[in-house]
Amino acid sequence: MSWTLHAEGLAKSFTLHLRGGTTIPVLQGAGLTVAPGECVALSGPSGAGKSTLIRLLQGNYGADSGRILVRRPDGSVADLAAAPPREVVALRRDTVGHVSQFLRVIPRVPALDVVAEPLAARGVPREEARARAAALLRRLNLPERLHALPPATFSGGEQQRVNLARGFAAPYPLMLLDEPTASLDAVNREVVIALIAEAKARGAAIVGIFHDAEVRDRVADRVLEVAPLREAA
Amino acid sequence: MTDDPILSARGLSLNFGAVRALDDVSLDLWPGEVLAIVGESGSGKSTLLRVLAGEVRPEAGQVLYRDPAGAARDVHAMGEPARRRLARTEWGFVHQDARDGLRMAVSAGGNVGERLMAVGARHYGAIREEAASWLERVEIPRARIDDAPRLFSGGMRQRLQIARTLVTRPRLVFMDEPTGGLDVSVQARLLDMIRALVADLGIAVILVTHDIAAARLLAHRLVVMRHGRAVEEGLTDRVLDDPRHPYTQLLVSSVLAA
Repeated sequence: MSWTLHAEGLAKSFTLHLRGGTTIPVLQGAGLTVAPGECVALSGPSGAGKSTLIRLLQGNYGADSGRILVRRPDGSVADLAAAPPREVVALRRDTVGHVSQFLRVIPRVPALDVVAEPLAARGVPREEARARAAALLRRLNLPERLHALPPATFSGGEQQRVNLARGFAAPYPLMLLDEPTASLDAVNREVVIALIAEAKARGAAIVGIFHDAEVRDRVADRVLEVAPLREAA
Repeated sequence: MTDDPILSARGLSLNFGAVRALDDVSLDLWPGEVLAIVGESGSGKSTLLRVLAGEVRPEAGQVLYRDPAGAARDVHAMGEPARRRLARTEWGFVHQDARDGLRMAVSAGGNVGERLMAVGARHYGAIREEAASWLERVEIPRARIDDAPRLFSGGMRQRLQIARTLVTRPRLVFMDEPTGGLDVSVQARLLDMIRALVADLGIAVILVTHDIAAARLLAHRLVVMRHGRAVEEGLTDRVLDDPRHPYTQLLVSSVLAA
């Protein structure tokens, strides 16, 4: 089988030096393989390590061991778990897209530019990037008058839509979605389901955490159970 | 990823009397990359910046700068005239105190134009026009072009210093606490401006700051300094969200979330 993501043997624990060096193991021997056009939903109780796994796949957390093989748009393969920082930066630009639950706002940068930025980083001309960003924001029903404003003062739902538009702006081969429909109303939830379906149709591999069972059933091809590790003595 | 670093430091050590200012520090910086050096006062971060820029000579270690032709040049062996020439042309400096980077009695336009003349610009009209367009880029009204920076606010002076530094499109810029001492509202504007300009021009930056939020906003990569040692280094968001070293964990957990 050809895959876009093949992760294996992933282990992650956190050592809290400010808490007397307590070590909290979260993942052990975790892995998954995702084909182009396939959506895998991570499931499991809260605290089982679903978000930790997503963060490892994005490079936000460093794995203690294991491999995260990712196929770039040109077909070459990188191990994100072992990649040096500037290669992770390049992978995030061209290969791995990410939608988190929260938008990290940059002071003074308007919503439109927050969304256009991943496109501009890939060399799409500024005006074209802005036009595509505006179209996505309209599709997610963010009022036009908000496009030119920095999202710092937006409501949670509005910020989440800016975040979604930013994540879906560029055609990443691999997309990581952490609760993409949290804090959205029914209309916008439908838009996100459609965006995910379109991303799958163009061949994106998707790994997501979907609390909303209906969303999960409609977008996921497969469910991967993430089981909690027992606390170390 | 076969390109070479623009700046490489190996085994830098320096003592100030009994104080170990730098203890075996090595780092690399690649073209177009923003690297933040964070740490508290006395951690050695500013000393490291001055050693990297060739202003202070280390007791041990080497700093190599790769010039546009691809030749590696030893920053501490090239001699003062050659280093000054580099500082005027291919490098830039943004100081915490704008008075260290500006000529306070010379007009704003003159401050920017002077850097252009240092790299060979001679046509007065063209220099003035380029200076005016850079003032606009850093949000200083064109009408202020003939005013001296001593008449400017702190934030405006800092923006002028940035225009003066970037007008010649240096390949490598050293920044020492560029937002230090400014009001918070002024800091946000300046940070956003630095972020946009650095990305547009694709310049490599080494930024010294004690402001973790500024580092997260600007830097691709982070080095955490303590007692003269680089205790942790890596991708900015990974160092801040998944810190390994006890000191980094303390530093990150001490930041107030607004």
